Amino acid sequence: MVERSFIRGAGLTAHEEVRGLLRLHVNPFDYTILGIYFALVIAIGVFARRAVATSEDFLLSGRSLPAWVTGLAFISANLGAIEILGMAANGAQYGLPTVHFYWIGAVPAMVFLGVVMMPFYYGSRVRSVPEFLLRRFNPATHLFNALTFALAAVLTAGVNLYALALVINALIGWPIWLSIAVSAVFVLAYITLGGLSGAIYNEVLQFFVIIAGLVPLVIIGLHAVGGYGGLKHAIDHTSLGAKAFSTWGGVGVPHWTNPLGDWIGIIMGLGFVLSFGYWTTNFAEVQRALSAKDLNAAQRTPLIGAFPKIFIPGLTIIPGLIALAVIPKLGTPKGASYNDAIPLLMGKYLPDGALGVALAGLLAAFMAGMAANVSSFNTVFTYDIWQTYVRRGRPDRYYLQVGRVVTVAGIVIGIGTAFIASGYSNIMNYIQLLFSFFNAPLFATFIVAMFWKRTTPWSGVAGLAAGTIGAAVMHFAGYHIGYFYPHQVLDPTHATINAQMLNFYGAITAFVADLVVTVLVTLVTKPKPVSELGGLVWGLPSPDAPDPSTVPKPAWWASPKLLGGTALGIVLVLSIIFA
Amino acid sequence: MSDTPGTGTTGPDSKAPQSAAARLFDLRSLIGGLFVLYGIMLTVAGAFTSKANLAKASNININLWMGLGMLVLGILFLVWWRLNPVRPAQPDQPKPYETGADR
Repeated sequence: MVERSFIRGAGLTAHEEVRGLLRLHVNPFDYTILGIYFALVIAIGVFARRAVATSEDFLLSGRSLPAWVTGLAFISANLGAIEILGMAANGAQYGLPTVHFYWIGAVPAMVFLGVVMMPFYYGSRVRSVPEFLLRRFNPATHLFNALTFALAAVLTAGVNLYALALVINALIGWPIWLSIAVSAVFVLAYITLGGLSGAIYNEVLQFFVIIAGLVPLVIIGLHAVGGYGGLKHAIDHTSLGAKAFSTWGGVGVPHWTNPLGDWIGIIMGLGFVLSFGYWTTNFAEVQRALSAKDLNAAQRTPLIGAFPKIFIPGLTIIPGLIALAVIPKLGTPKGASYNDAIPLLMGKYLPDGALGVALAGLLAAFMAGMAANVSSFNTVFTYDIWQTYVRRGRPDRYYLQVGRVVTVAGIVIGIGTAFIASGYSNIMNYIQLLFSFFNAPLFATFIVAMFWKRTTPWSGVAGLAAGTIGAAVMHFAGYHIGYFYPHQVLDPTHATINAQMLNFYGAITAFVADLVVTVLVTLVTKPKPVSELGGLVWGLPSPDAPDPSTVPKPAWWASPKLLGGTALGIVLVLSIIFA
Repeated sequence: MSDTPGTGTTGPDSKAPQSAAARLFDLRSLIGGLFVLYGIMLTVAGAFTSKANLAKASNININLWMGLGMLVLGILFLVWWRLNPVRPAQPDQPKPYETGADR
């Protein structure tokens, strides 16, 4: 969700003066730490290679992984470096209201995915999210979703690669082309060899290393500004002021003052439509759960991921605020950009050693952001496009080969995208904006499909198309509506529009448009026979599901409802404390 | 217990390859190994830290604390791996060898 603003902010600052500050003094000890990490990245690919014999081993880890691995990979696939730097930037710019992207905008959807939706995905044995749409709707709906997802995935991979190159260039001084080539080769090596297992194992490792890199920043930073109280005091004297510490302040309709807009946009747009759409239907996420070894592990995947997600704001937003307090002129035209917050703190506080670990975590997080997209792209392309529409009924060995070739192709396209982005970042922005229109309505289609068995095959693609158009129309119309501007007054230059808030309202529009059209088309077209819907719709068990009495009950601590309820409870308590 | 992990891949084709997912190594050994190694490196660096480095980090010997923390985490992973060395049970994996005679 933050890629666009990150690239729009041209990644890191280009001022000569600030660039001098950004350049890290990396000594041989740090390079040793980096070298060990990157050797291990390749080793994971080489060792995971032994476990690949079938296309499903390569593309879905043979559905064999334990829940703690898939759960941490689930969160790590989203914890790319753009997310970390971007959320720290939001923290410096908006303060604590940024937690809405985590507590409202992620955790409830992750709990819903684990408790309610995973039985449909995992229980129906589909191999991808588009494949669910194929079984539930028709080829038109399937193709619409598979193509838009595949294109968006390779594009996002390329944007991650470009952002990585920008950061390496700013921090270490390598030329952009060299960074792009070297990091692409690393990602290529570990996911072409190890497949999804290689990607997931690296994501889990990266999770621990990036945490180990960020925790010292928070500890030293808070110590330097005099603890949390000292931070509050210091922020009071900045342009952001005391409102930085109120998450729900100023969300009233119609005179909103909160940086994220009013409560309707935050709760319905971000918390319901965008968040549920991203976390429950984005295949790069859901794929991690599908690679789990059984249904209980698949259900626990997003739930285990939810617990770190609750506390990650402490490692992104707090450093953002610390940076605002200790880095002069941060976020002003003459100073460093908000995106520089974490790299600047690394250079300011971390001694050699700790710096190497933080740098390894950051670079690994960029590669993970790219690898997650390529490893979901190759699965959708191989199974949903190639096997379904181009070459059917070949032996499995053939599709394993296709998966490998498509992985290489995806990375090559990603490299091309990265070079385009480095020359024409505006074009990249528009393309990503376009794909955000396709994503906005997805959750409406899924929720209707899973809970209303009459929903007809043709209503799927019709609803998705209507929702996409709705999102686009709202996006462009919103610029002419005064309500989306600070003090609710239209700015003729459109410069001060609250883009986040407009984005939330665009999502609400997409959801409603999709819902209305899906229902209308359903009422006038022919539904699927109930016999074809087993395992895909609430209340219709899969015909080949095992007898529930023969399935061993998970231990009490592995109950999805208990885990989900606990996560929601923690979020509720934290939301009250930081209201 | 899962039924047939290789959905669509097994079937009439008797030459269809079997999943090799059970041969995947245990990640805990690798996380444990890396964190123990990093932990030792940082702890040693922390023990011989310079005044300048100390001042830079707001007078916290961050390498020492971080090194000890990583060492503990690494050891915990290795202990977990040793005490509970479960391999992912692959119900379909032994079958070809058990039932399909020996060839």
